[in-house]
Amino acid sequence: MAKADITQAEGDLFLENITKQFGDFRAVNDLSLQVPQGSFFALLGPSGCGKTTTLRMVAGLEDPTAGRIRIGDADITYAKPYNRPVNTVFQNYALFPHMDIFENVAFGLKRRGIKDAKQQVDEALDLIQLSQVAKRKPLQLSGGQQQRVALARAIVNRPSVLLLDEPLGALDLKLRRQMQLELKRIQTEVGLTFIHVTHDQEEAMTMADTVAVMNEGIIEQMGPPTELYESPRTAFVANFLGQSNLFPAKVAETSGDDVILEDSDGRFVMPKARVSDRVVTDPGTEVLVGVRPEKISIARLEDAAPPPADGNFVDGRVTSASFLGVSTQYEVTTHGGDTINVFAQNLDVHNLVPQGEDVRLSWLPIHGFVLSGHDDINAGVEKNV
Amino acid sequence: MSIAAAIGDTLQEEHQPNEPKRKGKWVPYLLMLPGMLWLAIFFVVPIVSLFLTSLQTPVPGGQVGEFQQTFNFANYWDTLSDSTYYIPLFRSFVYSGIATLLALAIGYPLAYAIAFKSGKFRNLLLVLVIAPFFVSFILRTIAWRQILADEGPVVAVLRSVGLVGETAGVYPSAVAVIAGITYNFLPFMTLPIYASLERVDPRLIEASGDLYAKPFTGFRKVTWPLSMPGVVAGTLLTFIPAAGDYVNAALLGRPSNTMIGNRIEYTFLSVNDYPTAAVLSFILMACILTMVLVYIRRVGTEDLV
Repeated sequence: MAKADITQAEGDLFLENITKQFGDFRAVNDLSLQVPQGSFFALLGPSGCGKTTTLRMVAGLEDPTAGRIRIGDADITYAKPYNRPVNTVFQNYALFPHMDIFENVAFGLKRRGIKDAKQQVDEALDLIQLSQVAKRKPLQLSGGQQQRVALARAIVNRPSVLLLDEPLGALDLKLRRQMQLELKRIQTEVGLTFIHVTHDQEEAMTMADTVAVMNEGIIEQMGPPTELYESPRTAFVANFLGQSNLFPAKVAETSGDDVILEDSDGRFVMPKARVSDRVVTDPGTEVLVGVRPEKISIARLEDAAPPPADGNFVDGRVTSASFLGVSTQYEVTTHGGDTINVFAQNLDVHNLVPQGEDVRLSWLPIHGFVLSGHDDINAGVEKNV
Repeated sequence: MSIAAAIGDTLQEEHQPNEPKRKGKWVPYLLMLPGMLWLAIFFVVPIVSLFLTSLQTPVPGGQVGEFQQTFNFANYWDTLSDSTYYIPLFRSFVYSGIATLLALAIGYPLAYAIAFKSGKFRNLLLVLVIAPFFVSFILRTIAWRQILADEGPVVAVLRSVGLVGETAGVYPSAVAVIAGITYNFLPFMTLPIYASLERVDPRLIEASGDLYAKPFTGFRKVTWPLSMPGVVAGTLLTFIPAAGDYVNAALLGRPSNTMIGNRIEYTFLSVNDYPTAAVLSFILMACILTMVLVYIRRVGTEDLV
């Protein structure tokens, strides 16, 4: 392979068997991934999962303990940060407080001795719609404006890979929503590879083409947001992305394309396609049955239609019902002792089921999923909820 | 708006709804009172007295040290045109200027290392910077005589590399005086620079590297400008007292190395020429004030964060 010029490297970003060890702590463990050129890629995970360390290794701010990082054909594993075609939008923006906005944005271009820096800076400021504040100092701007300046300061260099480290973390909810759309618009417009590190699953799903869910130094699952949400591969992904009802069951038998599962509440049918590739469907195998709260229908037991032959259902009693406006959140304890959350859309407000009522919960087999019984049923559940 | 007025406004705003306006208004002035009284008694009164002294003339036919109050402004011109006075004055600024630059050259790397590279030894190193203050200023300066003595280690090294001749020495000399001043004021240079370097967010330095600045460029464009408040404070804290210092010149120099402080001391205590000593004090003050104002203007501290 010809030795490519690192500073001009272009192409997909490859991480190959990257490991990062801090003393006894392994922050990143044998991680490999490929980020296609021009895509919006999100690294999603709880704090301490190694996502920021991974980002810093791509930026050159940390050296990996083992493994290689490539952009196209160029090996950048140990290249100095100032030699890499990679720019970062830092978590706290890290704008230079003693320079005005124009100087901040021009910093990278000037360091590389680019002649028409002024024109490019003006264009970048136009892109973020902040041309009017070019002469101000960073501290005179609002948080959202500083965020956009940090973005412009990185984008103006047209890096092969743009890294965003929790870029919206310091903004309030409304501004964050607005900036998510803005970021997506800018990414589409400039067509650079964005790697976005976040712990906010909604943020990752809104913007990214591909999301990699990280936990304890490894990637649990990687794919488009809908795939991760609809077909989680591990209990961690099922719980970390949105909410899931998980309850333990055993494989009873397989019939045709379906797997029949059994637990204290009865039997469930699942298409084999909905079973995680990590599960062997031999009878007796312990598994976790999962179903998203919004995919479950709830009906009073006396009103419930007889379940269709291919449907799944459990009976239980409503232990709490919270009216949330667009939906009502029910907590149902099944006769078998499991707790199941249900989000029911408030189509008819007179049809709310009160607490203490006996109900039947039903869902379509294709809406469930089956995970390995070895997974921790509470992995990835947000502690503060 | 003065600070006092600003504080007064804040107090008013906070208490306006339920308390009468007048109550909070005197609080800031009361708080300022002890400090103002102290300054009035121990700064304003002496300086007025010193100024009046500087305009006195000898009592005709009186004894040595007998003066009467006049308003003889010619004292200033007479003193300024006397080479036994203006040469030491000039020498003072040269010595203290060189010492300030040396202290900056030594203190900045020291402060930088403590702020960014010292890890768990940071507090220990800071204590070591301050540690010399536990020993008297005079004693430490006298110790420099031993260090720079002809039989001492410094001269031995300098002689062995041929920088100092076999018969020549370092003490007493201008070099010794400047070395002493540099040493004595080094902590005053180091600590303010450390304080402002310590406030520099390391992520800014990472950001400069991320934006294609090589380490030295990053230092020049980011770290150095952000540490300017410390550099300004450190140079002022070194230069101002060093210009008026007379201990180093007295203990480490020859008569030909006298600084203005030595002249003031000598004129006041030995010659008992109080008006001339007072005139010299005022000239020194005026020179320092002018230089400091020009310096701050040039560096533009108000522009710094």
